[in-house]
Amino acid sequence: MRILIRLLGFLTPFRGLLLVTLAMMVGASVFSLAVPQIIGYALDSAIASQRAGGGVVWRSLLTGFALIMVAATLRGVFAYSQQYLGEKLSQSVAYIIRNAIYDRLQKLSFAYHDQAQIGQIMSRATQDVEAMRQYINMGIIRVGSIVILLIVTLILMLRTSPTLTAVSWTFLPLMAAVSIYMSSRLRPLWELVQDGQGRMSNVLQENLSGVRVVKAFSREDFEAEKFNVEVEGLFRHSYRTNQLQAKSGPLLTALGALSIVSTVAFGGRELAAGQITPGELVAFVVYLQLLQQPVRMLGFMINIFSRTVSAGQRIYDILDAESAVQEKANAVVLSPAGTRARGEVRFEHVAFGYGATTPVLHDVTFEAHPGEIVALVGPTGSGKSSLVNLMPRFYDVTGGRVLVDGHDVRDLSIASLRSQIGIVQQDVFLFIDTIRENIRYGRLEASDEDVEEAAKAARIHEFILTLPDGYDTWVGERGVTLSGGQKQRISIARTLLLDPAILIFDDSTSSVDMETEYLIQQALAELMEGRTTFVIAQRLRTVKAADTILVVDRGAIVERGKHADLARGGGLYQRIYELELRDQEEAFEASEGAATSHTATSTTAASAASA
Amino acid sequence: MGMWGGGAAGGWSTSATSMGPNARRGMDGWNDDDLGKVYDSAVVSRLLPYLGPYRVRAFVALFGVFGFSLASTIQPLLIGFAVDDAVRGDLAGLTKMVTWLVVLVAISWVFQYLQLTQTGYIGHRILLRLRTEMFGHIQRLSLSFIDRHEVGRIMSRVTSDVTALQELLTTGSLTVLSDIMVLFIVIALLIERDMELAFVTFASVPILVGVMIVWQRKAREAFVAVRQTISTVNATLNENVSGVRVIQSLSREDENARRFDVINQENLRANVSAGRLSAAVLPIVEGVVALSTALVLVVGGMRVAQGELTVGVVTAFVLYISRFFDPVRDLVLQYTQIQRAMAGGQRIIEVLDTKPEVVDRAEPKVFEVQGRVDFDDVTFAYVTGRPVLQHIDLHVEPGETIAFVGQTGAGKSTMTNLIGRYYDVTEGAIRIDGVDVRDIKLAELHRQMGVVLQDPFLFSGTIRENIRYGRLDATDAEVEATAQLVGADTFIRRLAKGYDTRLAERAHNLSVGQRQLISFARALLANPRILVLDEATANVDTQTEVIIQGALREMLKGRTSFVIAHRLSTIRDATRIVVLERGHIIEQGNHQQLLALDGVYARLYRMAYAASGDSGVITDDMTVADAAAPTA
Repeated sequence: MRILIRLLGFLTPFRGLLLVTLAMMVGASVFSLAVPQIIGYALDSAIASQRAGGGVVWRSLLTGFALIMVAATLRGVFAYSQQYLGEKLSQSVAYIIRNAIYDRLQKLSFAYHDQAQIGQIMSRATQDVEAMRQYINMGIIRVGSIVILLIVTLILMLRTSPTLTAVSWTFLPLMAAVSIYMSSRLRPLWELVQDGQGRMSNVLQENLSGVRVVKAFSREDFEAEKFNVEVEGLFRHSYRTNQLQAKSGPLLTALGALSIVSTVAFGGRELAAGQITPGELVAFVVYLQLLQQPVRMLGFMINIFSRTVSAGQRIYDILDAESAVQEKANAVVLSPAGTRARGEVRFEHVAFGYGATTPVLHDVTFEAHPGEIVALVGPTGSGKSSLVNLMPRFYDVTGGRVLVDGHDVRDLSIASLRSQIGIVQQDVFLFIDTIRENIRYGRLEASDEDVEEAAKAARIHEFILTLPDGYDTWVGERGVTLSGGQKQRISIARTLLLDPAILIFDDSTSSVDMETEYLIQQALAELMEGRTTFVIAQRLRTVKAADTILVVDRGAIVERGKHADLARGGGLYQRIYELELRDQEEAFEASEGAATSHTATSTTAASAASA
Repeated sequence: MGMWGGGAAGGWSTSATSMGPNARRGMDGWNDDDLGKVYDSAVVSRLLPYLGPYRVRAFVALFGVFGFSLASTIQPLLIGFAVDDAVRGDLAGLTKMVTWLVVLVAISWVFQYLQLTQTGYIGHRILLRLRTEMFGHIQRLSLSFIDRHEVGRIMSRVTSDVTALQELLTTGSLTVLSDIMVLFIVIALLIERDMELAFVTFASVPILVGVMIVWQRKAREAFVAVRQTISTVNATLNENVSGVRVIQSLSREDENARRFDVINQENLRANVSAGRLSAAVLPIVEGVVALSTALVLVVGGMRVAQGELTVGVVTAFVLYISRFFDPVRDLVLQYTQIQRAMAGGQRIIEVLDTKPEVVDRAEPKVFEVQGRVDFDDVTFAYVTGRPVLQHIDLHVEPGETIAFVGQTGAGKSTMTNLIGRYYDVTEGAIRIDGVDVRDIKLAELHRQMGVVLQDPFLFSGTIRENIRYGRLDATDAEVEATAQLVGADTFIRRLAKGYDTRLAERAHNLSVGQRQLISFARALLANPRILVLDEATANVDTQTEVIIQGALREMLKGRTSFVIAHRLSTIRDATRIVVLERGHIIEQGNHQQLLALDGVYARLYRMAYAASGDSGVITDDMTVADAAAPTA
């Protein structure tokens, strides 16, 4: 209930619109109820005039005609306005909620996104927002109009004949009860059906995505069986839903008809006894016909409320989530816009953990000077990624502090900090947009020339020119499919354009062919030039090039130094080196041997070119 | 596209992201946005047989529709009689009418129940059968079918198109039938009661139909706009949540929020203008009903005053007016529904009628494979006229390990795809143990061939189930033994539920290396004679890397293997390295031989692994240009 009221808060900006809509609703209800009255009046005057031997009937009939048309027109105008404004109101609320969800999600720190599932977020943004919209439109406005309709009808009927009203209304509560009961039974079934549809889609999607595996193992029949189980389950639930509806629908129709029949039966007697006029009886019957639909919908309305409570709860889960990383009120700008920061990084006794119980880093202390390359080496889960994520403040430290150019990162404005840190991930994320826009993503004001310069430095320019639309080629599902290596070079170009003082690079081989690998190396070399670089290193070449190697194990720096010293140090680094990097060393030596003996041609060509 | 599955969870992600501009008219020749004809005889005659098994039920349903329409339509007439009896003071007549009314109510109750249960049963049964058939059929289709069509679009055919058709079969056909029946009954009744008043009532019909037709044309556009804008909203949200880390690291939040607001507003506008239209339906219909009622009242009232007509007749007319206009409105509204269902039917048939390209010969051969593989002058093109492989000759002895090396697009994956006959060669032949693969029973071929893909795709389910995918009748002990063989057993046992650990969506609860090991075990469990392996070198930690290398050695032992190789150790250990370039084999031999040859392989090898020792930076631009230039 608190949620329902809290949701009304979204209506505050639309107070005026809401009031007008409600007024329109009252108008529409009143005028729709006027019509039966007028019909009754017209009929009675016709009968009266018949009994009087004709005469004045014309005038009263024409009055009736005019009144009906006026009432119908007004009712039409009111009903139209009510429905249109109600739609506008509810869509505006949906719009606001969507924007709010979007903004909140964009601002929430990595800690939130680590545990959030995109499927769930999307179902909140789609189905739950739709439930909110229905709550405004159907729940608040329509329920209001039904209540008004019921009350006004009841008053009008009571004024005509209390006894007949009692008879007419015996079946209505019964109808309402049946409708509500059936809806409450249908609701869980609907959820099962929806669930079943989701599961069926999942099996289908998984099957289509994994079609190569299915075919490789000749598992077509097995897959068909898996799908059939889901479809049959879905059939059972939807058929049960259907059966329940087949029961409730006719029952409600019958009850509604009985309310009219009983009114005619008793009303007929009162009419014969002269207690009511024929017109009044007809008006009763027309009223009852008007009430059928709203009463049948009561169950549906109740469902909306219970759906709103759970949907609203889920939406507020997002909207109320506080970002773990907050900017200070008097945050300092790291370096004025357009200038590059120095790139001095210092960790002082840094501790960090994702939850209260699981420390990931403890007592990490080191410093990196502008232009240096720091390689981070260690087993999976040792804390390398966590360590670098603290610099752009994707997470906040739980102890100690991280300094950039002498400022605690928590004192800096987040945008100014992050604009000085470039990150190249192993798993490159590109947006569904043109290549140009993807490169420009981090610096919107960059000119086309800037973009191309960056692409050249990232060794991807030539490739882009071979595409049908060059830089305006779309990437993603609707455009070209890029290989891992091509994506990585685009992301390097994107980072280059940002011109950051500090560079973080996750140097892990994704599957690229040898030539691409070489291009990436070149692009990287260009990128590292003159920046403080942190590399999560997997490659011998990188660690050899590093000014400092930090060996991380279980959240602590266990060794530090240069390759030459550490490789013989007898510690973790030496073990890693022997297991993992040695293989590369052999190739290294082999190629160096080869290089001396027969790369004369290319070397000559190269020196000629660089000269 | 976002419409299918009743907005069910799970499906949207594929559909939402694929809604770009002009999204629906793909290059695959599928057109998903058109409305069909109202009556498409090809669709009807193709789908009618599905109704066959339910002939009796269909008959009962029809009977129910008829009975219900009749019984419920007569009710206002009897109410009119009852009012007349009351006005006359004929209480006995009134009682009789009321009794009849109660009987009618009971009858229509029973008939309505009959029609709803029967059509529901038939509709859902057909739905079930169509989905099962479509899925089974899609399983038989060749890989080229999946290559051509997006997953999301295939899905929408199995989900939303089938649902649209089912709705037509159940509620749709029912509404249309009973509407038409009610319309006829009402017309007949009204004319029978009073010809003049009847025509007064009908006079407003053309107005309603005219207005509704215009309305519908406008509404269709408005609702298409609503559908498109909401998909864009969802696609954007989805993309930005997936890429939130990049967005935050590039400080794009404000700019993105501004853009999202624009998209969101477009959706709001589309909805509001659609709302403007849909709000009009009720006032239009009620306006016409009111006009009709007023006319009937004036004309009827006059005649009541003149004693030509009873109040009861006028009452009956007033009550019939809405019963008359409702079906008229419904029928106009149903028009689009039917068109949509017909279009859906057409798309379903399109899928069902797609012929699989790779099928078994009439009497396919079944034999135990030894492992000799020959490519005899093989040429292959995915798209006619654009060959990916040309005149390939490659002869492999049982037990050899062949490493394919070459640039992206050189034809490495295509080579492996052809061995398993996922596609048929365009020219030449591939023989296994001297038998053309096209003569071997497909299921048998695949049973004796193991495939490990670069992306280790695992299904939702337990780890045990995933390994057993390789051989369904394997015992638990066999599953575990195989896992042990590839070195996966240790980490699996360390999980809380061991082999019965359920995998999350896309197995995200396992590391890439772990997923790879499971996919190794899966392939190995089938104990294939021929192994195809697209080697992935993803970011795995040292220990896993060591285990994977060991597993690879175990797997390749004693089998004819084809490896799309990335690991130096694999390449070096291969009995033969085959270097591909632009669909041709340009070099082959073992590591030492090829290095000695100092050709393309030697160059690639140096490029990838050679580096000037101290800085890790290569500034030799010429070599790149050199290497990137085609050698052929």
